[in-house]
Amino acid sequence: MAELRRTALYDLHLSLGGKMVPFAGWEMPVQFPMGVMGEHLHTRAEAGLFDVSHMGQVILRGEDMAQALETLVPADIVGLAPARQRYGLFTDKAGGILDDLMIANKGDHLLLVVNAACVDQDIAHLRGLEAQGVTVTPVTDRALLALQGPKAETVLARLIPGVTAMKFMDVAEFDWQGVTLWVSRSGYTGEDGFEISVPEAVAVAFAQALLDAPEVAPIGLGARDSLRLEAGMPLYGHDMDRDTSPAQAALGWSVPKIRRQDGARAGGFPGAAAILPELAQGPARLRRGLRPDGRAPIREGVAIFDAAQGGTRIGQVCSGGFGPSVGGPVAMALLPPEIPDGATVWAELRGKRVAVTLTPIPFHKPSYKR
Amino acid sequence: MLKYTKDHEWLRQDGDDVVVGITAHASEQLGDVVFIELPDVGREVAAGEEIVVIESVKAASDIVAPVAGTITAVNEALPDTPGSVNDDPLTAWFFRIRPADPDLSGFLDEDAYQQLIG
Repeated sequence: MAELRRTALYDLHLSLGGKMVPFAGWEMPVQFPMGVMGEHLHTRAEAGLFDVSHMGQVILRGEDMAQALETLVPADIVGLAPARQRYGLFTDKAGGILDDLMIANKGDHLLLVVNAACVDQDIAHLRGLEAQGVTVTPVTDRALLALQGPKAETVLARLIPGVTAMKFMDVAEFDWQGVTLWVSRSGYTGEDGFEISVPEAVAVAFAQALLDAPEVAPIGLGARDSLRLEAGMPLYGHDMDRDTSPAQAALGWSVPKIRRQDGARAGGFPGAAAILPELAQGPARLRRGLRPDGRAPIREGVAIFDAAQGGTRIGQVCSGGFGPSVGGPVAMALLPPEIPDGATVWAELRGKRVAVTLTPIPFHKPSYKR
Repeated sequence: MLKYTKDHEWLRQDGDDVVVGITAHASEQLGDVVFIELPDVGREVAAGEEIVVIESVKAASDIVAPVAGTITAVNEALPDTPGSVNDDPLTAWFFRIRPADPDLSGFLDEDAYQQLIG
């Protein structure tokens, strides 16, 4: 096995009692002494600090960078205003999803944030744009932190007063003690919050300055997963992959009208011939929310049936666990779209069928600053 | 006097029965417990048989019968208060078992268990 990489905050995690685990080639904290449940609830009530430096940051430059990226991503990037960020997908020729990403328009360049497990593949994919005059530059000297929760703005504004003017999905640069921070008002928890790209040399000092605030606790990957699950956000490699299309993953909203059939810039991305008709007609299976009736969590891989006994296997859980803010188990699965919300289906758990209610996602309503 | 298993269970002799729970070390390793499924009273079990399902926020695990015997009682309150396993693991018992062989001398004592987890 290749040696695990460590982020700039590795020693800080250890000093905070972080329990380190391998994740996508990195050694990351899965939890701190507060525990997954406590960290989850703290983030919803106060503010949580996450190290997401394992994620890939990539800069695209070039006169036609937005048009070029639209050949890989079915989003409206040409129409993305400066100082704004947007969610998108890398699709493949068959109409599957290669990765999901954030795209920020920073005026003279685009800043992309991609999944850690996909970063090498994504960069190779992006290099295909060099023929269109685009330069692709991986950012290798910056940590990425997320500060999430209802107190995130108050805390961050003590260090950077300007962030109070930002709205959800705004991006901006700020000076902090002589270095430039790249800030976006976004996250992966369903809470208001910020993601902050900080030069590695000052990453510990900046993280420590945030942790010095009484509202802030360090949060591990465990709570990051339960927070995003409650917020109904998909995780690449679990809720979507190359065998899942944008429509099936319930991510059709990220493909705007202008890129769809009869749009001004319809198609022109990998898999458009499969993706666009499916978006128009509706998918045969769709990522849906599930709430088990009892307390038992239903986790990834659990089979879903349409009857308490016998019946047909109609799908399987792609993400599932306990939702601390919901106070019970929650899950997502790819299921037939025609079954109405509120209907009962059955999960096969340890040889027994457990009743599960189809429930619209998100399970926990987001509280973004629009 | 508690005895311990290598599977991080504590055993307390009580008359003809043995009361079984999990150690503080086990509860810390599991993380926040959110679901517990207990065996039926009267069930005859083999040593090492998985008879309790315990799920934390992180993962599902099993608790095995430390000895062969008959389940004589279960802690009915536990499934409604799974967090008590984290709050007070020595009080949060799971089940009582009447062992086929009442000799517990083969299990770990406190010192041996501390060495195991040390």
